[in-house]
Amino acid sequence: MYRYIVNRVLLVIPTLVGAAALVFVLMRLIPGDICVVRLSSGGGNVDPRAVALCHAELGLDRSPILQFLDFVWGFFRLDFGISMWSGKPVAEEIAARLPISLEIAVMATVVAIAISVPLGTISALKQNSWIDHVVRTIAIAGIATPSFWLGIVAILAVLDISHAIFGAPWMPPIDYVPFWQDPLRNLSMVILPALTVGYRYAAVTMRMTRSAMLEVLREDYIRTARAKGLVERIIINRHALKNALLPVVTLIGIEFAFLIGGLVVTEQVFNLNGVGRLFVLAVQNQDYTLTQALVMLTVAVFVLTNLVVDLLYAWLDPRIRYG
Amino acid sequence: MVDLSPPYVPAVDIAAESARPSRERIVAFFRRQPLGTVGLVLVLVMAAAGLSAEWIAPYNPTSNDFAAMTQPPSWAHVMGTDQFGRDLFSRIVFGARTALIVGFSCAIVGGVSGLVLGVASAYFGGRLDLVLQRVLDVVMAFPLIIMALAVIAIFGSGVHNVILAITIPLIPRCARVVRSSALAIREVPYIDAARACGFGHTRIILRHMVPNVLAPFLIMLTAFVGQAILAEASLSYLGLGVQEPTAAWGLMLQGGAEEYASTAPWIAIFPGLAIALTVFGFSLFGDALRDALDPKLRDR
Amino acid sequence: MIERLGLGAVGLGAALCIASLCATTVAAPAATDTPKSGGILTYMIPADAPPSFDGHRETTYATVHAVAPFYSVLIRVNPDNPSSTTDFVCDLCTEMPTPTDGGKTYTFKIREGVKFHDGSPLTAADVAASWQEIIHPSEGVSSARESYFIMVDKVEATDATTVVFRLKFATNAFLPALADPFAWIYKKEILVKNPHWFEKNIMGSGPFKFAGYEIGQSIKGERNPDYYHKGKPYLDGFIGIFAAKQAVRVDAIRADRAAMEFRGLPPSARDELVRELGDKITVQTSDWNCGNLVTPNHKRKPFDDVRVRRALALAIDSWNGAPALAKIATVHTVAGIVFPGSPLAANKEELQKLAGFWPDIGKSREEAKRLLKEAGAEGLKFELMNRNVDQPYKYVATWLIDEWSKVGLQVTQRVLPTGPFFDALRHGTFDVTMDFNCQGVVNPLLDIGKFLPHSVYAENYGNYDDDKEIALYQALLRETDAVKQRAMLREFEKYVLDTQAHMLMTPWWNRIIPARSYVKGWKISPSHYINQDLANVWLDK
Repeated sequence: MYRYIVNRVLLVIPTLVGAAALVFVLMRLIPGDICVVRLSSGGGNVDPRAVALCHAELGLDRSPILQFLDFVWGFFRLDFGISMWSGKPVAEEIAARLPISLEIAVMATVVAIAISVPLGTISALKQNSWIDHVVRTIAIAGIATPSFWLGIVAILAVLDISHAIFGAPWMPPIDYVPFWQDPLRNLSMVILPALTVGYRYAAVTMRMTRSAMLEVLREDYIRTARAKGLVERIIINRHALKNALLPVVTLIGIEFAFLIGGLVVTEQVFNLNGVGRLFVLAVQNQDYTLTQALVMLTVAVFVLTNLVVDLLYAWLDPRIRYG
Repeated sequence: MVDLSPPYVPAVDIAAESARPSRERIVAFFRRQPLGTVGLVLVLVMAAAGLSAEWIAPYNPTSNDFAAMTQPPSWAHVMGTDQFGRDLFSRIVFGARTALIVGFSCAIVGGVSGLVLGVASAYFGGRLDLVLQRVLDVVMAFPLIIMALAVIAIFGSGVHNVILAITIPLIPRCARVVRSSALAIREVPYIDAARACGFGHTRIILRHMVPNVLAPFLIMLTAFVGQAILAEASLSYLGLGVQEPTAAWGLMLQGGAEEYASTAPWIAIFPGLAIALTVFGFSLFGDALRDALDPKLRDR
Repeated sequence: MIERLGLGAVGLGAALCIASLCATTVAAPAATDTPKSGGILTYMIPADAPPSFDGHRETTYATVHAVAPFYSVLIRVNPDNPSSTTDFVCDLCTEMPTPTDGGKTYTFKIREGVKFHDGSPLTAADVAASWQEIIHPSEGVSSARESYFIMVDKVEATDATTVVFRLKFATNAFLPALADPFAWIYKKEILVKNPHWFEKNIMGSGPFKFAGYEIGQSIKGERNPDYYHKGKPYLDGFIGIFAAKQAVRVDAIRADRAAMEFRGLPPSARDELVRELGDKITVQTSDWNCGNLVTPNHKRKPFDDVRVRRALALAIDSWNGAPALAKIATVHTVAGIVFPGSPLAANKEELQKLAGFWPDIGKSREEAKRLLKEAGAEGLKFELMNRNVDQPYKYVATWLIDEWSKVGLQVTQRVLPTGPFFDALRHGTFDVTMDFNCQGVVNPLLDIGKFLPHSVYAENYGNYDDDKEIALYQALLRETDAVKQRAMLREFEKYVLDTQAHMLMTPWWNRIIPARSYVKGWKISPSHYINQDLANVWLDK
């Protein structure tokens, strides 16, 4: 077991280094120069002296190897550098935008779990009944609908409905206030994106819960429990659900990691000042330091989540533990 | 999206078994999986529309008609016109072609690459497996949209580059699922028996491993087509997908959707519905396929 | 209802505007209302956060819209008459000077009693130091407008209230250049200590004091009680919210989360707002001193052949296309190379003689096809490079591609994000590209510099040399007789657009500003950079 943990943790490192190399190379392959874009926002004409100055300022005149080493070394020291576009520390840029992304991610997760686990379970228990078909249809609709389209429709619906009912169109506030400052205003801003993201999240989890439950319900020990005459509800809650939830929890963990990056489109639709939007800006501005930092953070979250999940699996599943 | 269904291990070598005649099994499938049938029908309708676009589209999808801008659905234009006066129905029908080209290309290229890598990784094991898994891990951990943004920024927009941008993230997902299936099969007796008989690697892989991972693979493929179509729509929404004046559903959503959402809602509704219904169809069909092919999930 | 009248006026004005002298249609109530004090103006800034707060360094409207209210300038376009091209008034000076010494010396008297927001006094030394940084930036400092002031020899503060500009040669181009909306007056003490300070910090003497900036979100200002224009500003403060997405801005105005934005919205947004809000919305429109051009790459075959370039121009039906495009895109007026509201612009008869403006499109396209055949470029396939911006770039491109298809040309679009787009422009890796010519204050003789070859004008990307064109321009610039100058300008225009077809015109941009009707005091102009300090704005609530 110990060896397994050590091995598993060590495997994280090449993934991180690989991701660092990939983002480094990818960003530099994009044609264009951030200094030129910054200095020529009006029309494309730049003073080459100013560009050279800018390069020196941003460290772009050094050799790529040096830049890469600087980047990796900085990452291990948790020093993410300065954003090339705004000149502010990357940590500050990200910290300013993290709260809203996290809030939406957490709310979406809560919504998703609250909907999907009960519905997925019922769907599995009543396989091929009309309830099953309805739930599956809702779930697949959630996966099939483009999330940005859903967001657009949601905003419009709210505008139109509020206009019809109250006579004046209502739109969630466009400037963010933290939850503790003004909970109502904060929630009114976050609820629509959270529901939009949560719906899709719920759909995926619902399907997983259903198939995992179906798996478990076929197992011999469930058949035995039924043969022994246990109450169905106890069978479900004490035996089936616990075992079915393992892959579900895994999925929730991994989807959460994807959420942060997946918020990109949602934040565009609702114009939220979050990490997803920062991501797109960083790539479009060719802000190497910011993009690299964001990618490394996303990869780190993903990798660590996977690690935790794998270790959890190993701990819970005796076959792996003693195998 | 990671597929975490437990690896599907057939108790018997399906490739060797062919007990029931295929026709009977197909009919049984339709009877037992009404949703799957609906899905298949949706998919076939879309495919037919895309393939016969030239014949069923009443107008040229890229001709501007300034006399007929943003007109609501009418007899002349069944689904209305967009802001350039182009007939929406014609654009949707030609868009089906683009969607299916993108969807199938991404799914097939991504799927086959994933299949090859996954099976090789599982079969040969050892250092190849280790290195391959790390590389695939990196690609999978890398945020999808960012990779797409970068690929498009480097290679430019256009159908081919969109396909490239969408295919790359699909490969490790497929490889991972195939690998876990293949790993389970690798230790099963008939593989050992085949090796003992002295059969070459290629033969064992092609004749024994691949057919037995085909089930989860095919299910992944149907999911991939849907995901690819959605990914193309998202990329177009960000302005990075196929470009005007090509007819593509995602592009139609980007152009008309928000600007005309309240003055001419049909511009956004129909392409959105088209995408949703197509992906819906593929997902339903894929689900039904999984239910049908996985013996553990069949009705008792 | 006001907006119906306004729209009717816009429609009528549009019909009359083509190659006429009127460039602005204002559907705002008469300026006889008495301004009320108080209130906070919330407006949208159609961009993600600006790269920095330093107006000397940046050229993006995002910086102006966010930061201009905090600063003063020396002179500016008259905020009560912002569409004028000649009406310059003082901001920090006491009166507009008459140049002396044969037009080479301009002496400005600076107001007394002006204070920076930290209480310290603003003197001529601060004005001179700020202009010094713009004209001759110190080591390590970049000034985006350095090249506009090559005529300036020296700028100095001769005493606490006098600033003198000494030019190398007399020119009419100096005063308009001096009225640049980015030429903010900084505190000399800070400039001397750290000229980069103003990139991330704000210390001005303008109508509003800096009250907060949330990264990527919003910028806030509060009233400056010591403002030297007594009685102003009327507002208690403002909030500028960054929103790059158009739909969000429109929805915000609709739901009264914001009152307006200052760049320009497309016709569909205007229609939606007018339909939903009726007389709660007031729309101002103006021709914009911006236009899209089509630039063929003269170094790529067959665009080195003037027949092919002329064919590209002849295929386009601007007269019928512009009114239709005006309904869906932010374009409007068909005109030549000069801003349509200027007296130097060509009138309709003069335009119709040029390729791309023929009144009979059938004949025009026949000629285009004939030229293509002669040049051996029938059914030519090429890529039109474009920027990833909807309005109006992509709309105009979609229209152009359809127009070109009518003479058998098969064109696809290659869209690039900003960085790679500029990169491709500068390295000439394109067949034909959408280009743009956006200038601030209308200054036709300088604005047409875009059409000159790259050897003379750095922002030209056509990859060609043309000594005859340069000679025509030099002669035109030095001509003092107005009538002769206009004739020479017509000759230059014909040479550029028709004879050589170096670049193609597309309809000029149109600025549409719908605003909540309670916002008063702000007047539209052909440039989205000027008149942004908000001192005149008041809320009728």
